[in-house]
Order: sequence, then C-alpha cells, then structure tokens
Amino acid sequence: MRDLKACLLAATVALTAMPAAPALAANGDTLKQVKERGLVLCGVHPARHGFAAPDSKGVWEGFEVDFCKAVAAAALGDAEKVRYVPLSSQQRFPAIQSGEVDVLARNVTANLSRDTALGLNFAPPIFYTGTGFLVRADSGVKEVEDLDGAVICMAPGSTTERNIAQIFAARGLKYTPVVIENNKQLVDAYVTGRCDALTKDKAALPGVRAVDTPNPAEHVLLDGIYSKEPLAMAVRQGDDEWYDIVKWVVYATFNAEEMKVSQANVDEMLKSEDPDIQTLVGVIGDNGSKLGLDQKWSYNIIKQVGNYADIYDRHFGPSTAIALDRDLNRLWNDGGILYGEPMN
Amino acid sequence: MSFSHLPIKGSSPLRSQFAGVLYSQAFRSTIYQVAMAIFVLFAGYYLYSNVMENLRAQNIATGFRFLSEVSQFQIGETLIEYSARDTYFRALLVGLLNTLAVSAVGIVVATVLGFSVGIARTSDNWLLGKLARFYVEIVRNIPVILQVIFWSVVIRNLPAPRGAFELWGAGFLSNRGLTLAMPLGHPSHFWMLMGLIAGIILSVGAAKLVRRRNEKTGKHVDSLWVSLALIVGLPLLVWLVFGAPLEMSVPQRTGFSFSGGSTLSPEFVALLMGISIYASGFIAEIVRSGIQATPRGQIEAAKTIGLKPWFITRYIIMPQALRVIVPPLTSQYVSLSKNSSIAVVVGYPDLVNIGNTVMNQTGQAVEAVAIMMIVYLTISVATSLVMNFYNRLVAIKER
Repeated sequence: MRDLKACLLAATVALTAMPAAPALAANGDTLKQVKERGLVLCGVHPARHGFAAPDSKGVWEGFEVDFCKAVAAAALGDAEKVRYVPLSSQQRFPAIQSGEVDVLARNVTANLSRDTALGLNFAPPIFYTGTGFLVRADSGVKEVEDLDGAVICMAPGSTTERNIAQIFAARGLKYTPVVIENNKQLVDAYVTGRCDALTKDKAALPGVRAVDTPNPAEHVLLDGIYSKEPLAMAVRQGDDEWYDIVKWVVYATFNAEEMKVSQANVDEMLKSEDPDIQTLVGVIGDNGSKLGLDQKWSYNIIKQVGNYADIYDRHFGPSTAIALDRDLNRLWNDGGILYGEPMN
Repeated sequence: MSFSHLPIKGSSPLRSQFAGVLYSQAFRSTIYQVAMAIFVLFAGYYLYSNVMENLRAQNIATGFRFLSEVSQFQIGETLIEYSARDTYFRALLVGLLNTLAVSAVGIVVATVLGFSVGIARTSDNWLLGKLARFYVEIVRNIPVILQVIFWSVVIRNLPAPRGAFELWGAGFLSNRGLTLAMPLGHPSHFWMLMGLIAGIILSVGAAKLVRRRNEKTGKHVDSLWVSLALIVGLPLLVWLVFGAPLEMSVPQRTGFSFSGGSTLSPEFVALLMGISIYASGFIAEIVRSGIQATPRGQIEAAKTIGLKPWFITRYIIMPQALRVIVPPLTSQYVSLSKNSSIAVVVGYPDLVNIGNTVMNQTGQAVEAVAIMMIVYLTISVATSLVMNFYNRLVAIKER
C-alpha cells in the first residue's frame, strides 16, 4: 500500500508541475538550436534517386540532399554538418511540425492547404515538375487517353492521388488505383505487371526507370506534364528568422548561377569589381548579420555545394544516369522560371 | 505511510466508529479506485489539452470538420458506391468495410484451415500428424508481414491477363487477381439471404425439439442433420420458388484486363492468405490442445460401451474440447482483424491505408489516428463480445 500511495503522489506531483511544454518554434529558436547542436536536421526522401538516396557506402546524395548541405553551409559554415532523417510521405509533416527536423527537403509540393492547415512555410520552389506516367514500351500507350480502364500504381499521401483523380475525371476516363506505401513494393508491383502504369512526379520517373527497373529500355515516359508540382523546402511557422535563412539560401544558389559564380570560380570572384557579385560572396555589405549568419554564408554555399546549375548538373545533368532536361528549371533569363530576388 | 500497526478499535466510541469506516476494506478499496480514476482522467485531460494547445499554437488545423470535405481521391476496391467527389467520411467508411470484409473472410478461412490441421495433428496416421506439425511450425514462426509479402510476390508473378490461366470456362487466374463467373444480380438473392437467416434461427429451435424428442423416445437422431437441412434447404427452396434463375456473368478478356464476372484483387488475396494462414497455425494448436484435454479414460470408456467413433467425437470430445478452445480462439480472431492493417504493405485499401491518405491530404494526423484506434478497438471488443456469448453456450453449465 505504501508503494502504491507513493507512486500516485509522485505521479500527481509530476503531472501538476509539468508545464504545458509547447513544441512551438519561436523566432530565432531554430538557428540557436542548430548552432548548439552543431548539426542541421534535414528531412529527406528515403530513396528517390536523383533527389535523395544513400549511395552504396551509405553516404546520402542527391539534389535535395545538396540543398540540406547548402542550409548547413550557411548556418554552420560546414556543408557536412547535416543529419539526414529519411521520412515516408506520412511521416514528413508530423516530423517538421514536431521539431524532429529543422527543415524538410523531401519532394514536398507547395500548396495552399499545406501552407495553412499544416502550419508550414514554404521557401521558394527549387524544382518545378508535374505528374508523369511510366508505361511499358510494348503496351502501345502514347497518351493519357490510352490509359482508359488501366490499373495505376501510386504512392499514398502524395498529391499524386488527387491529381490522377482530377486528370482522369476531367477526361472522362476510368482507372483503378493501387496505392502502396513502400517504394520498393510499389515499383515491383509495376515492374511485375500488376499495374499498367506507374505515376509519380515526372522528375522522379527517370530515376525509377534507370535504377529500379531491371531493363530500362522496356519502359517509356509519357510526354507531357499533367499537373503543377512546385517542390519546395518547408519550415515550421513561427520562426521567421529561420524561414528567411532557408529562403535566401535558395535565392543565393539562383543568383550565383545568374551572376556566373560557380563552385569552380568562386575564389576568383572574391576579387570581382562587380558590386552585386561582391555582395553575393560577402566582400561588401552586411547580409550575413541581417540574417544572423556569418558574413561568408553565401560564399560557403557556393564554395562547398555550388550554385543551382552545379547542383542540378551533379544529379540530373547529361552525364548522369537520369539525364533530365532542365525545362522549367532554367533561370528566368534562359527560358525557365527560376528567379532569384535581388540580394541587396 | 502505513497505519496497519495502529489498533483498529480506538478508545473513544466516536473515534472507533470513524476508524472503523477508515479501516474497512470496502471503504479503502473504493477510495483507491476513485483516486485512480481521477488520476487517469486527469492524465488523459492533460495530454489532450497539451496536444490541442500545441496544435493551435502551431497553426495546425484541428477538429473533425474535415470529414465532410470532398476527398478528391479514388479508391481501387469498394464495397459501396464511391467516387472522388465523395467525402472523407465516406472514404473512411469504404476502408472500414474493406477491413471488415478481409477480416470476416479471413476468420472463416483461418478457422476451417486451423480446425483441419489441428484435427490432423491428433491423427494416429504418422505421416498426416507429422505433415500437420510441419505446417504449424512453419506458419507460426514466420512473421505475418513476410507471409503477406510472400503471397503478394507469388501472385504478381502469375502471367499477365493476356496469358492468364483459364479455369475451365469459369474464370481466369492472372497477376490481376482471380476473376470468376458470378450469378447476375437477381431479386431472388435477397430472399435467399433471408431464407439463410431464417434457417439459422429455426435450427436453434429445432435442435431443442430434437433433443427433447430424443430424451422422450430414447431413439437417437443427431440435431446436426436437422439444422443443416434447414440452413441449406431454406435458401435452396427460395431459389426454386423463383424458378431457379441461373444467368451468369462470365468474364471475357478486354483491353487491359477482363470484363464481367467478379474479381478478387491480388492485394485482397495476398493479404487474406497471409493473415489467415498465419492465424491457422495458432488455431491448429488451440484445437489440438482442446482435443487432447479430454481425459483418455473417457474415450476408452466410450469405446468399451460400443459407441461409434463419430458419436464419441460429436458428444464426448467436442463439447469438452470447445470450452478449452473458445477463449484462446477469441484472441486469435481479434489479432487476425488487427493484422489486417498490414494491408498498407501490399496496397489493399483497408482502413489504415485510406486513413494514411486522408491524414496526408488534410494533415490532421491526430484525428485520423484517433478514428483508426477507436474503430479497431470497437472491432476487437465486438469480436470478444460475440465469442464470449458463444463461450457461455459451450461452457460447462454449473447446476
């Protein structure tokens, strides 16, 4: 009896004394925590070749992994100080909301309901894509209309489920969805013929074809993009300082490409006479202190990770297995829609 | 603090009365229970309000209003009408019905398999006994999730619809599932179902009548045959009254797959086989232990007075075995229906699979998970209640 009473008493006291601890991001908290920890916690896709996946030695690599590195280079001065947290579609939003990760770079499509109802803030999109379809080359399917009555494999919880419903309803077509969470099982279901088509963001499909299918030549991508999927990094609402940092990390990579400051030539560019370039690499101005960062923050991004073109070509360039045309993801003065706000 | 060393009866009458209440076992246990209840409620309220406060502070939407919003996603297999224009509530309902369907069929399959293997385990036939034992050890000791994936891989590697196995004109087996010819919808089906229900109800009464007659006349008629005749006979009679409609919808190859007939999807079949075969291993052992719980002496005694083997099984072994079997069988049924949530791995649209999609589209993880938890709790409690009722029927009657 004595033990039971003591237990009850202790538990009651503990509960009453416990403050309602909010896992809420207050202004400036995230950067402080990142600096104390000496690490940026970055939520990434567990296995999407080109965007984020561990290589054969277990080292994370990919387009979004590089943006995690860029955030670490800006915040901590070292691009390697990142801990990658692989997250499934379901896990990703609770992970950023609860503070399990500092920033989410995980193929997230920015849209209104996520921005509001999920309590997130989206940095400028780093990759514009849309729904695409992978079909067997011998199936004779040339366009979406040929998929009437087809079985379509897709991952749950992505915007894809909605887009497919909308795309098929708009054309008066019928389909049967097969929704599988595990990426391996999903691709396997398509490869073994359970489904007539595999649908994902179009940017992800070349990676699936090149890496996951046993014989890439047997599969083709349908032409055309059927929805808007601006992929962007997300942070929690409530910490505007951290949001600004992530936002300007993205713009720094755009602007560096625009000013032709790359990983290869950034050290020479320190001697440039152009005031815009001088501001970008931190020779003049006080952008660092305005963001609460080191004056060399953007120099570190370019030096350690690269500008947007460096990052893109490393993972999707012509020399890679995926070899994806830049398309919309060109700079605004080159026919694309990437437009870095000026950094002065 | 412990007062047990104090004398129970005090010196003054008032004090002794007070102490009497204070030290009475009933009073004390009530106090502890009330304290415990308050503590649990308080802890629950604390956790709830903490979650709500945090969600509000992070500008995350809360509440169940999302249930009436349009879902905007399609579901592969539905037992009721559903389209992307229906609400999240209806989407979850579709998932719930799919969960119930696979669990109900799974329970039947697991029971039939489990009882067969369990009886084979007790067989005197050496080969049969060993084979049954081999089966039990294999299916019990491989994690259920692996078994589900195994069946899904087996089904996926069946030929595509173009090269599907033809099942003697009755249907096709392919990597798109099992497509079978089905009777066309007919008004007689509803009345046949009614006939089945009436048959089940009548057979309970008939069994009592048969027993009374047996006791009166001393001539033995097994009530099982009477019940069976009622349960099978009534729907059959209804069917004949309707003029024995025999129109079938026979599947044909078209475009991507088949038209006509009914298709059991690969996901449904893989999940069903995985969870019911896994459960059948445990049920087999439960049945074996039940059968072996009947004292050997009783069976030998029955043999000496010349009772037939079927009579011994039906009237001596089974009644005693069932009261050993039913309670652990209940927990197997409950865990089978919970195991159906493995559906997410193979892509069967069960409650959890749909709940995941809803959670992602609305971002209301707490509410969606709460709904799933309540539903599974309800399914489990309902299963237990039905089985407990059955257990009371088969338990030893203390007179």
